[in-house]
Amino acid sequence: MAPLLELKDVHTYYGAVHALRGVSLTVDEGEIVTLIGSNGAGKTTTLRTISGLERARSGSIKLKGKSIQAAEPHEIVRLGIGHSPEGRRVFARMSVRENLEMGAFLRKSGPDVQKDFKKVFELFPRLKERENQAAGTMSGGEQQMLAIGRALMAQPKVLLLDEPSMGLAPILVEQIFDIIREINSRGTAVLLVEQNAMMALGLAKRGYILQIGEVTLEDSCSKLAKNPKVREAYLGV
Amino acid sequence: MVTSSATTGTAQRLAAGLRLPIGIVAFLALSLAVLGIDQFVNALTLGAIYALVALGYTMVYGIIELINFAHGDVFMVGSFIALFISSSLLGNDGSITDLPLLAGSVLILFALTIGIMALVGALIERLAYRPLRRAPKLAPLITAIGVSFILQNIIQFFFGPTIVSVPQLVPIEWSIQVAGARVPLLNLFVIATSVLLMFALQLFISRTRTGRAMRTTSMDRDASSLMGVDINRTIMITFLIGSGLAGAAGVVHGLYYGNTTFSLGFQSGLKAFTAAVLGGIGNTAGAALGGFLIAFVEVGASAFGYGRWGGAIVFSLLVIFLVFRPTGLLGSHTGDRA
Ligand SMILES: Nc1ncnc2c1ncn2[C@@H]1O[C@H](COP(=O)(O)OP(=O)(O)O)[C@@H](O)[C@H]1O
Ligand SMILES: [Mg+2]
Repeated sequence: MAPLLELKDVHTYYGAVHALRGVSLTVDEGEIVTLIGSNGAGKTTTLRTISGLERARSGSIKLKGKSIQAAEPHEIVRLGIGHSPEGRRVFARMSVRENLEMGAFLRKSGPDVQKDFKKVFELFPRLKERENQAAGTMSGGEQQMLAIGRALMAQPKVLLLDEPSMGLAPILVEQIFDIIREINSRGTAVLLVEQNAMMALGLAKRGYILQIGEVTLEDSCSKLAKNPKVREAYLGV
Repeated sequence: MVTSSATTGTAQRLAAGLRLPIGIVAFLALSLAVLGIDQFVNALTLGAIYALVALGYTMVYGIIELINFAHGDVFMVGSFIALFISSSLLGNDGSITDLPLLAGSVLILFALTIGIMALVGALIERLAYRPLRRAPKLAPLITAIGVSFILQNIIQFFFGPTIVSVPQLVPIEWSIQVAGARVPLLNLFVIATSVLLMFALQLFISRTRTGRAMRTTSMDRDASSLMGVDINRTIMITFLIGSGLAGAAGVVHGLYYGNTTFSLGFQSGLKAFTAAVLGGIGNTAGAALGGFLIAFVEVGASAFGYGRWGGAIVFSLLVIFLVFRPTGLLGSHTGDRA
């Protein structure tokens, strides 16, 4: 069976900057996969290319065996890829509820959507408390929860998470990671981009190490965590 | 503790929320006292036209950060389309005193002109701006100036370079008495039409799905597309609406002044643009407010015999105002916007 999401030899440029130099990776149904790399390695570019926000110049991107490379970002959302972007990017002047409604933009409002509101509020009780508050006035952690909740409102098959731990206190990071595990256990595959390699390797099943636009290592997370090179470069041991 | 701080918060928000309406009422009362009812109504009428045009500038800036220099010319073309429909298509050359006929003609005039200009605006976006979506900001700006010249030249080609007269369908003698002064129905009609359109726009932006897509796209285009918003479609609809409103302004301008010229977009369009900046560019309520404010300054200037200095005064005020409040009246960190 074809993997849920498959990138093969993807090259992406920013003008003359060759940001992705042949990235290949797969995410299977129900899996958590992590993409680890230092600042500037190309993690965000990889996710943006999957979502169609950047165009791959060559290579292929497939969802369930079907190419999505030529699709527009809004079509890719419809096909089942959710994306919680780097820096959260919540709609600051809209309320928490309006943000979540935007997450369900492509769906017909009705009992199904209401059920998902409930589910998101179950996952993130904090959001329920702040339902009518402007998103921009919330703390970083709360905004991160909102960004993830908003992406879930589209009922994605695979959820792309770009550094959900960025700028958060360790205790909050634990919380967010617990929730990611919970989301995954309910059937959503996750591609998790992190600089916080320790946490990511603890959560995901498989991982890829990205260096200057290239995947230099891929393995199960338990093996990556034992790999001396990985430990030295990303775990600070 | 918690409750008391929450109450102060609410009180503060309420005070902040009331500052604007109180300011507007105070300003209007003062203007009425200073200008007298005749000039007051004139200023409101002129402001209504500026406001309609300013909306298009501000909506487009809000969504793609382009100062669409061609927008004033879209307004100008609208006035000529209205002229063409009114005189050639409907065969009018003056006012219509038969009320049902007048209502019908005016309705057709608005519907056709708004429709045509909406399409023209969307076409301009598709042909001139969309291909440059990922280009540096200067490129679409230069293109906008180019489109502005093209529109002016096309109109000059068909209608000539002089001022041409437009049938004033609504009889100018029709009027009502207000506090001893004669207020033409035409003015009231212009003001009412424009206020109605502005309300409709606000409703559209705040209540509809497409309106929400426009708001989120102007806040954060990438995040918006990650919600499933079709960005190209949303931008096109923004042009469609902004240009439709400019078309309505073109109709109104012709009915009110009884003439138009190919350089209308440059003269009045620039003031409408100023209104958009004054109101806080990107904010639709601000654009409307700015339009009225500029009209009052301009009418005030001529009421005191400085009519020739109207433009200079308007722009000086703009500069001084922006020094103290660079974001404009309702810019970037207060209230809600589109
Ligand atoms: N908008 C952009 N324009 C030009 N270069 C960019 C842009 N965004 C990212 N880059 C470059 O692409 C490379 C990868 O960046 P990015 O994907 O953001 O890395 P990461 O998310 O791993 O920190 C970096 O060298 C970065 O400087
Ligand atoms: Mg990044």
